[in-house]
Amino acid sequence: MWSALKRLYHQLGSPKWFYEITSRWSPWFLWIGSTLMIIGVVWGLAFAPADYLQGNSFRIIYVHVPAALLSQSAYIMMAVAGLVGLVWNMKMSFVVGKTIAPIGASLAIIALVTGAIWGKPTWGTWWVWDARLTSMLILLFLYMGVMAIYNAIESEEMANKAAAVLALVGSINIPIIKYSVEWWNTLHQPATITLTKKPTMAPEMFIPLVLTIIGLYCWFAVWVFARTRNEILWRERRTKWVKSLLNTGANH
Amino acid sequence: MAQTFSLMAIFKRDLLIAFRNRGELLNPLMFFLMVASLFPLAVTPDPKFLGLIAPGIIWVGALLATLLSLDLMFKSDFEDGSLEQMLLQPQPTLLFVMVKTLLHWLMAGLPLTLMAPVLGVMLALPEGGYWPLVFSLLLGTPTLSLLGAIGAALTVGLKKGGMLMPLLILPLYIPVLIFAASSVQAGVDGNSYTGHLAFLGAYLALMLVLAPVASAASLKISIAR
Repeated sequence: MWSALKRLYHQLGSPKWFYEITSRWSPWFLWIGSTLMIIGVVWGLAFAPADYLQGNSFRIIYVHVPAALLSQSAYIMMAVAGLVGLVWNMKMSFVVGKTIAPIGASLAIIALVTGAIWGKPTWGTWWVWDARLTSMLILLFLYMGVMAIYNAIESEEMANKAAAVLALVGSINIPIIKYSVEWWNTLHQPATITLTKKPTMAPEMFIPLVLTIIGLYCWFAVWVFARTRNEILWRERRTKWVKSLLNTGANH
Repeated sequence: MAQTFSLMAIFKRDLLIAFRNRGELLNPLMFFLMVASLFPLAVTPDPKFLGLIAPGIIWVGALLATLLSLDLMFKSDFEDGSLEQMLLQPQPTLLFVMVKTLLHWLMAGLPLTLMAPVLGVMLALPEGGYWPLVFSLLLGTPTLSLLGAIGAALTVGLKKGGMLMPLLILPLYIPVLIFAASSVQAGVDGNSYTGHLAFLGAYLALMLVLAPVASAASLKISIAR
């Protein structure tokens, strides 16, 4: 078991191996993710019962909740990738960290925009300085910082490490920011899903939500793989395997 | 022994440099004063209304002034090459960064703390707000210096570092801002503010342990080019 894990780790460190294995995995994730997404969204939008308080406007959660959830876990993934890169100096880990940043930022934007659209009919206003909205906005700022540092530093190696340090510092501060903002002001409803408690939602509303969440995770994987493979091709553009890959691709 | 000696030498040298360029030392303070005086001009000179927003204005002003002064932390040492030499010395980078952070707080955080009550008077801060204002600045500005050191270390070699720094550091300042400003508000309302101060102290203790590690690592990354 241990040696298999170790081998996997070393294989993951190889850009060529990563490129090849993810090009085989991507279609699977894409199909599973799309199937779950279609079932979840159609079920949620067309068949789930309307909420007795919010009516049909609650249905935006099938986009909002997965995006919000994923943008938060993406930050943690980015920080972990940065930590692995800093500690073991693993190149591929930096590449993955770099590709996650803009994806996580776009998910945070989706969560904020859908939240605002939902807030208008429900709270009667597009934006309130509520704790969870605010901490989502701050999460977006943290993503922007990481992306800005990639843009500002020309040396690739230095940019990787600097962004990894920043992502780690941010990940330590996220819980502190989250709780301080929560004590500061709370209007948002409590978390929809907690792992420890039974869901407070009706199952016919809840199951499609779970499907869309898993579906979005799969799409996220496809998205990260695609961007990482692009980045690998760019970084390894002078190596033999990339040149031969691109030449055979051109002959087709 | 030699380690403490060289750190003391750096400490003395930096203080000396700072007091020979007093203008640079005054800049953040002038900035603080100006930002605070813009609000009555822009919003209203009515003391009742100013008193309501004074805690927030003073704290945002202190935060921005600190941010502005972070550029001084490593920049001039980097430009004349002495930063590299100091990092080559046998003492741990961690201690070096802590000395630099302490110096930054002495030159920015402490003067801002001492000046804040004056701004409180100008902005008609109600009576109960002064002690929590001073205490919150005393406990909060070291945290600002500690977190700021990370940003200063990350951007030290960059030409566009000045614009980048707020983007990196401001989100991390939010917990300090929330608890500090609300402690002053609690004091104004006549409530107990020790809970807010306790949080500021806890955050300071945590960052005292963690932030220098991150700034030392960032400094090494920035210098390694």
